[in-house]
Amino acid sequence: MVTDLNTAIWNTLAAFLTFCIFSFLYKDNPFYKIAEHIVVGVSAGYFAVILYWNGLVPKLWNPVVKQGKWYYLIPGLLGLIMWTRFSKKYAWISRFSISFYMGIATGVAVPLYMQNFVIRQLSSTMLPVHFKNSVGFFNLLIIVGVLCALIYFFFSKEHKGAMGSAARVGIWTLMVGFGAGFGLTVMGRVSLLIDRVIFLKNYFTSIFGHIL
Amino acid sequence: MRNFFEKLEKLDRRVIFIFVAIALILPLFFPLNIKFSVTPPVKSFYDTIESLPPGSKVLLSADYDPGSMPELWPMHLAALRQMCKRNIKIISTQLWATGSPLAERAFNLVAVGEYHKQYGIDFVNLGFKEGREVVMVSMGNSIPQTFPADYHGNKTEDLPIMKGVKNFSDLAMIVNISGGLPGTKEWVLQVVSRYHIKLVSGCTAVAAPEFYPYLQSGQLVGLLGGMKGAAEYEQMVGVTGLGKRGMDSQSVAHLVIFFFIIIGNIAYFSMKLMKKEK
Repeated sequence: MVTDLNTAIWNTLAAFLTFCIFSFLYKDNPFYKIAEHIVVGVSAGYFAVILYWNGLVPKLWNPVVKQGKWYYLIPGLLGLIMWTRFSKKYAWISRFSISFYMGIATGVAVPLYMQNFVIRQLSSTMLPVHFKNSVGFFNLLIIVGVLCALIYFFFSKEHKGAMGSAARVGIWTLMVGFGAGFGLTVMGRVSLLIDRVIFLKNYFTSIFGHIL
Repeated sequence: MRNFFEKLEKLDRRVIFIFVAIALILPLFFPLNIKFSVTPPVKSFYDTIESLPPGSKVLLSADYDPGSMPELWPMHLAALRQMCKRNIKIISTQLWATGSPLAERAFNLVAVGEYHKQYGIDFVNLGFKEGREVVMVSMGNSIPQTFPADYHGNKTEDLPIMKGVKNFSDLAMIVNISGGLPGTKEWVLQVVSRYHIKLVSGCTAVAAPEFYPYLQSGQLVGLLGGMKGAAEYEQMVGVTGLGKRGMDSQSVAHLVIFFFIIIGNIAYFSMKLMKKEK
């Protein structure tokens, strides 16, 4: 809601940019391009400042200059040579930083990934099957779905006969998964639109509410 | 009939946009109050927080940006309301740079504005730290060392709320509001398995299908998926926010999209059949 002139100006700008973005639904136009470029520019500027004060100053400048920890220059140098990617001649130097980063990322993620996203998920598929209530039946559905989806990705044997039928059930299972994903994606996008419409409704009510 | 299907196949997509816009705008002016039920993942999210004794310390990681606010902001506010109501102490961190001002605004609106909680005693915003998973691992060793100063520049160790908080073992649970990467997946991977701490997540609708397996395996104890999850959670907490207000529009817009998908498929298969017969 508009409460003062300052807020009114910012809300007017936000409403104008919202319409600029919506104008793309009709066709591409300069207003859309302006809004798009503003988003990219503001985001880049915001992140540059945040990372300078949150990364460069406390993690490199302060330790080296104020605390005399010279070894902090090594990661600093690794960061600096990433910029060689902009030169065709020296781009290969940046591979040192990338390989260092990849090594760390792999070390941090891989062992836990196997434990959490493979073994744990496998064990939670081993569910009791019974027909006392709906839970037992749904457990059966999960087990059949997982096995059939795995068979679909098993390429060492031709998908014929029982194998073919199971693979077919597998692809249906995947389709159900994709359908759920698509449905939720639509819901997400509609939510974004609802937020903008509510914002515009509140904006126009606050501007013209007391005139009408 | 053939002419009708031909026209339908060549229908300008902007006509669909107009229908969706009308379906979405009208319920905002004329609410239908469509009823919806609370699903088990949302109930579990609510119950887990509700089961904590007053005074428990909870880590609220607001890992999102303004782009996902329509879905995540309502659940962020509702979670704060539930925790403030139960006198739970909240320690907030952000692994997204753009999450810090949002967390600050949420605290000002709810913790200070509605519940008159005191900064540094009842809640604290430790701010953003770059480093993604490395920050999570580092917090497992020492939270005050990972965040030596809070969002306002105060020394973390000097804040009363941080007394006795060294790492995850001193916290009752983690509430993660996740807009993408790093987010819930990384919290599950790096923290839940290592430190055996309870984790509940509020995430965007797009990400929700990816997190349901974690719910089934017990790696997550509660899940709010998108605006629908937020609306259900608001219903449980007893507040009306953007989640509940948007559900009428959401439902009608979905019906319109559903209608166009059905019509489009009928036109496609009918034309295919007609061409075959020809």
